[in-house]
Amino acid sequence: MHERPLSPHLQVYRLPLTALLSITHRVTGVVLLAGLIGLAVCLMNAAQGAQAYAPVQRFLQGPAGGGLVWIWVVALLFHFCHGIRHLIWDTGFGFRKEALGRQAALELAATAALAGAVYFLS
Amino acid sequence: MARNYQTPLGRARGLGAAGEGTHHWWRQRVTSLALVPLSLWLAVSVARWPHAEYAGVVEWIGAPWNTVLLLSCILLTTLHASLGIEVIIEDYVHVDWVKILLVVVVKLILAFVALAAGFATLRIAFVG
Repeated sequence: MHERPLSPHLQVYRLPLTALLSITHRVTGVVLLAGLIGLAVCLMNAAQGAQAYAPVQRFLQGPAGGGLVWIWVVALLFHFCHGIRHLIWDTGFGFRKEALGRQAALELAATAALAGAVYFLS
Repeated sequence: MARNYQTPLGRARGLGAAGEGTHHWWRQRVTSLALVPLSLWLAVSVARWPHAEYAGVVEWIGAPWNTVLLLSCILLTTLHASLGIEVIIEDYVHVDWVKILLVVVVKLILAFVALAAGFATLRIAFVG
């Protein structure tokens, strides 16, 4: 049989940065969805009064809750930055190879900067 | 000349093999556009949340602009998430009935989450 080119095989193919960011966009999307459920639980508990909210507050102020909140916030900021890139791509710009590398770096820097800003504001 | 196998009706509908147009894609973009300002507000708000006591949280949610912004976030994030998770499920689940069932269940759960979060926000705003 004729040798045919194979599409990138995930186990042996080193993903380029663009592909890594693309899958991270999906993963962060799912993380954000999970966090949304957490937000609904927090709100429902707050709506039920001080007694129902007490365990939520204990959890949020503990290391696990605080960690999850920050994972969620950083996931949101990454998803935000990569989402902006998708909106730029939709206009037809930013597909050249050099642009991809530059924008990837820019996007990661913007995520870090926004995370810093949110930390400063909170 | 290339032969066109499409029926005239299929061509007029212009929906292609998926049987759908650009509606899903467009809704994803519109919600994401609305979420550009909203998600920055939400990121700061959520990061601040753990620092507040119960009274502070309730007072914050009940402040009129916060209530409206929070409700907007809840509506748009659940819409955006349900569009996104649908694509993810469709990409990775290849057994038709499992795929359809999963999409429906996840979307129903998200609608319920939106309702719960929205109701809680309104209740806190109106009742405290």
